[in-house]
Amino acid sequence: MTQSPGKKNDGKCELSLEVNGERKMVRVYPMERLLDVLRHEFNLTGTKEGCGEGECGSCSVLMDGALVNSCLVPVLQAEGAAILTIEGLAAHEPSCRMQQTFLECGGAQCGICTPGMIVAAVHLLDKHAQPTLEDIREGLSGNLCRCTGYMQIFEAVMEAARRGPSAKHIP
Amino acid sequence: MRSDPSDYQLVAPGSLHDAVSLLAAEPGAWLPIAGGTDVMVQYAAGKLTARKLLSIWNLPELRKIDILPDEIRIGAGCTYTDLREHEFVRRDLPLLASAARWTGGIANQNRGTIGGNIVNASPAADSLPALLVYDAELVLISARGERRLPYFGFHTGYKKTQLLPDELIRSVCLPRRFSTYVSYARKVGARNAQAISKVCIAALGLLSSGAADTPRIEDVRIALGSVAPIPFRLIETEKTIQGKMIDRGLLTLAKQIAGREIRPIDDIRSTARYRAAVAGNLIVEFLARLRATGEQAVEPGAIV
Repeated sequence: MTQSPGKKNDGKCELSLEVNGERKMVRVYPMERLLDVLRHEFNLTGTKEGCGEGECGSCSVLMDGALVNSCLVPVLQAEGAAILTIEGLAAHEPSCRMQQTFLECGGAQCGICTPGMIVAAVHLLDKHAQPTLEDIREGLSGNLCRCTGYMQIFEAVMEAARRGPSAKHIP
Repeated sequence: MRSDPSDYQLVAPGSLHDAVSLLAAEPGAWLPIAGGTDVMVQYAAGKLTARKLLSIWNLPELRKIDILPDEIRIGAGCTYTDLREHEFVRRDLPLLASAARWTGGIANQNRGTIGGNIVNASPAADSLPALLVYDAELVLISARGERRLPYFGFHTGYKKTQLLPDELIRSVCLPRRFSTYVSYARKVGARNAQAISKVCIAALGLLSSGAADTPRIEDVRIALGSVAPIPFRLIETEKTIQGKMIDRGLLTLAKQIAGREIRPIDDIRSTARYRAAVAGNLIVEFLARLRATGEQAVEPGAIV
């Protein structure tokens, strides 16, 4: 069993987490949400809380390469997994390209959904290097936006895919 | 009202053996949590009465799919993504693959499990009508051993199942013989994605070979979600239309019998009247599409 009560026996446990490529130790309650541990223990506030019930996607992170809603992950279940947040993805492709296309296409207004949208879009492009609009709609179906009406976001993702290394160059 | 993490215990035994041992030591005291897509929502709303949770997430013994000549055995810890992406599930169990595609968004599909869907026992659950029409069987495991029983009858009432306090679902066993049937599935909800169904249907049909202009039902299986306290197999409707020619009269009859058989209610998502009307329409659409397939060979994994 991986729960170790610790000196004070207060119910907290020592967990080793890999976040954005770095191994970090935390002393937390096992039922703390991964979302809260990322934001409060590691100051990685790019991951947002929108609904707290896994419906809006603002809290999207990658856990061992899989898109998950971190508001629904008890931190104990993240032990041993490689977690990537928007901060970890932002400096790399395809996020760099995507941030550029989001700017060009007007994919961000208030910006609260944007980290989650980019994490979901990175996950999508990992599976579909040249997604159709249908693929994008499905890949981002768990991410809600209250500002844009979605079309600019889909265009931004489509354009980022077009500019990618696997893109076919249309003369 | 948000739950306080300090009020809860969560343990993660590394093996199925340790998990069932803990359940045997303190039956009823530990609530199993797999992907957490239902439990953590209750937790977030301050509605989780259990205080001790047992994580069965990602146990290798539960997260595998075995292909046998006559059946596919799906570990209860398989996620919807595992189901969607598995070649044999897509080909031989298309109703289950399509239900997996319709459950939440990608992030939910990466965490929600088939075992969790069954035990959570919502009558609106997307995968459960498919399990009913496929005549699924469940393997349940405890420290006392394993038992296998038909999934039909597993739900004894609203959110009540035959699972004993010291048991986990180990696997869901599905026969492969329905891969030659015509498959039909639809989910009716407020949105194209991320919606709990107002009504959902999974259906299988087989036409008897004979004159193509008089298609006759050789076998038919229909199950609906969100029209009863439990996922619902329409036994009466099936019996009534079995062996009959699919003509306009049969469509009307099927709609009538189904309307009397189901028990929909008014709730936050829909009304009994709407559900009854939509359920009838879905059954008519299924039978019409079944008829239209004529004697064409079924394309593996296709939904009409």
